[in-house]
Amino acid sequence: MKVAVNIHLKKGVLDPQGKAVLNALNSLGFDEVKDVRVGKQILIDIDTNNKEEAIKKAKKMADELLANPVIENYEIEVKE
Amino acid sequence: MRVGVVVFPGTNCDRDTKWAFEKIGAKADFIWHSEKELKNYDLVVLPGGFSYGDYLRSGAIARFSPIMEAIREYAKKGGYVLGICNGFQILLESHLLPGAMTRNEGLHFISKFHHLKVIDNNNKFLQNFNIGDIINIPIAHAEGNYKVDEDTLKRMYDNGQVLLKYCDKNGEELNPNGSIDSIAGICNENKNVFGLMPHPERAMEEMLGGIDGIKMLEGFLK
Repeated sequence: MKVAVNIHLKKGVLDPQGKAVLNALNSLGFDEVKDVRVGKQILIDIDTNNKEEAIKKAKKMADELLANPVIENYEIEVKE
Repeated sequence: MRVGVVVFPGTNCDRDTKWAFEKIGAKADFIWHSEKELKNYDLVVLPGGFSYGDYLRSGAIARFSPIMEAIREYAKKGGYVLGICNGFQILLESHLLPGAMTRNEGLHFISKFHHLKVIDNNNKFLQNFNIGDIINIPIAHAEGNYKVDEDTLKRMYDNGQVLLKYCDKNGEELNPNGSIDSIAGICNENKNVFGLMPHPERAMEEMLGGIDGIKMLEGFLK
């Protein structure tokens, strides 16, 4: 089962990369863009057909390694 | 004094660090990251560099190197640990120090001499300094933007764990990377685990710009 872990900096944490992309988009003429946050997506292939088990495992992986809870939030998305 | 300098794949300040400690009269040797035990060291140093290519987050993978388990045990028993730059990031990821590092506010890799102010000297590392002393030590990092939640930060101030802040040559706060309260260096609650982004091992020769690093590292000799 393929699972995606989407990781973003928490709301209060300044995202310098997002800010740089926002400035670039604005300077390209996309004036309607008001905010950009850059995160990362980690795709994991877990050897199970049980959706709940896959989510549970992915959550454990995110807590222990993939995300840093001091600065980051994550969401888990089942791909297939 | 015996100093162990830990080498991870991607560490690149290991030789400078070993040389710096030998210069102040310590015996220093390298510890390869796959070792599982620590010999009798008076200080274990995690030097700067790019352990595991900074993959995922700086220091995130190095945390799982076999030697880290031994270092955790060593620190728990009161052993002295110093993390410089990437070594500081590894200590944060290993939860041996509070907080986390994010990308520099300006996105650039900053490499230059920077002034620092001594905020607390009630610890082994900075015992040779007075509070308010201004020193000049090189920084070289892309992820030195220190973040920590407010409650923890308050506890750190109360307990004398905020050790160094970035400033200008007159001691006025000057923040190169967006770090909360311009913090450049901290320690743990028990004051035996230290982390800083600046590189004291690069400030050991007058010819190379300054010798403020000597006084810092010598704190561990006493």
